[in-house]
Amino acid sequence: MQGAFAEHVRALEGAGARTRLVRTREDLEGLDGIVLPGGESTTMTMLMERVGLLEPLRDAIRGGLATLATCAGMIVLAKDVTDGMAEQQGLGLLDIGVRRNGYGRQVDSFEAPLHIDGLNGKTFPGVFIRAPLVERTGDVEVIASHDGRPVAIRHHRILALGFHPELSGDLRLHREFVRLAASRN
Amino acid sequence: MAERNGVRNGNGSVKGSFKVKAGLAQMLKGGVIMDVVTAEHARIAQDAGACAVMALERVPADIRKEGGVARMSDPELIKSIMAAVTIPVMAKCRIGHFVEAQILEALGIDYIDESEVLTPADEENHIDKHPFKVPFVCGCRDLGEATRRIAEGAAMIRTKGEAGTGNVVEAVRHARAVNAGIRKLQGMNHAELVHEAKQIGAPVEVLIECQKLGRLPVVNFAAGGIATPADAALMMQLGVDGVFVGSGIFKSEDPLKRAKAIVAATTYFDKSEVLAEVSAGLGKAMHGLEIPAIPKDELLAARGW
Repeated sequence: MQGAFAEHVRALEGAGARTRLVRTREDLEGLDGIVLPGGESTTMTMLMERVGLLEPLRDAIRGGLATLATCAGMIVLAKDVTDGMAEQQGLGLLDIGVRRNGYGRQVDSFEAPLHIDGLNGKTFPGVFIRAPLVERTGDVEVIASHDGRPVAIRHHRILALGFHPELSGDLRLHREFVRLAASRN
Repeated sequence: MAERNGVRNGNGSVKGSFKVKAGLAQMLKGGVIMDVVTAEHARIAQDAGACAVMALERVPADIRKEGGVARMSDPELIKSIMAAVTIPVMAKCRIGHFVEAQILEALGIDYIDESEVLTPADEENHIDKHPFKVPFVCGCRDLGEATRRIAEGAAMIRTKGEAGTGNVVEAVRHARAVNAGIRKLQGMNHAELVHEAKQIGAPVEVLIECQKLGRLPVVNFAAGGIATPADAALMMQLGVDGVFVGSGIFKSEDPLKRAKAIVAATTYFDKSEVLAEVSAGLGKAMHGLEIPAIPKDELLAARGW
């Protein structure tokens, strides 16, 4: 819809997947996995609502469609959003509470090395851009934290990240997601 | 391309690196950035689905009409707009006016547009943008100009177009010039590339990067004269990553409706049935100006080099 989709396409293809941009309901047909990219969550939610994509997408993810959500994508998935627009109503599928731009404005955007559970080898380069702050987690698995706050969350077939692996040049998380998507059934 | 590493903090994190500066622009892609002059405008823009707003005292059409020296906006106005919306807020400083940029950075603005729409403060030097933590967007008319700005540290590029005219012709010219410049690099060997760099006044390293990527190494938006959904889609089909709309929205008859339509047209730029639908019944577009009707010394795109 809007955001850093081209970067995800490059990363996913680097991880061996075939990709398609999803802008309409029909584009959802036959997918093994979907990426909700970084961008502006207000813009993305509004567009999805306007073209009737929000409901079918919610059904698909609820039905087990593997989902990688980064930054704004995580906001769109979250059950509770603070500092959004009054009526910002996303997918509400992931039991976490996030504060939009919770780390501050652009001048506070940062890079930091992350230890991610289940990821072998060195730390993962976390790129945080006007990132959402996870303030509450419910029935989900936190697989990485920074400064005591969750930044990577797993729940069934959902992988939600507060940072941008597609900008990091490190394909490990995209490979992980491709494996997750391929493991359907 | 020069990678600057930003400021290191205690917890192993680094702020203000080129990656996070260029990264914000990557998040804006496929979106529309709208000029706003009040907090109310900013809310309308956000409601319409803008991915960012540009906070200004006067839109370019009014700057053009009123004349005089155009400067950075009053920080009070900028702060009121920052408080009104949750999307990123950009603001303009004059070309070469690094103190206006320092002030904007101190305000916590998300992006600075070093803009030819304002009266230049330095006729030789643009701002050295590397030392700033806040990212910059700069205008260009061709590949040479784009690569010079990138070498100075711009983390995002836009076409200059001709702001405040509601006439897309110059934006088209500039976008095509950048595309043509990049196409020309394909197949050149290193010696030829160095010669081309000299011809167009481009830094060699940035030009090598353009050749390798087949595009600019930073996000590239269209700006200057976009007034309709069709204009926005035209620029997207010419290969830009997103659009700025200045006077085109709030100088039109029904800003909210037009803003929503331009947002939809930017996402569905290649779906003509959607474009036909959103283009209908928008009321009057801004009046607009023919470029030859503008006295030569009033052309904004000629500012900067």
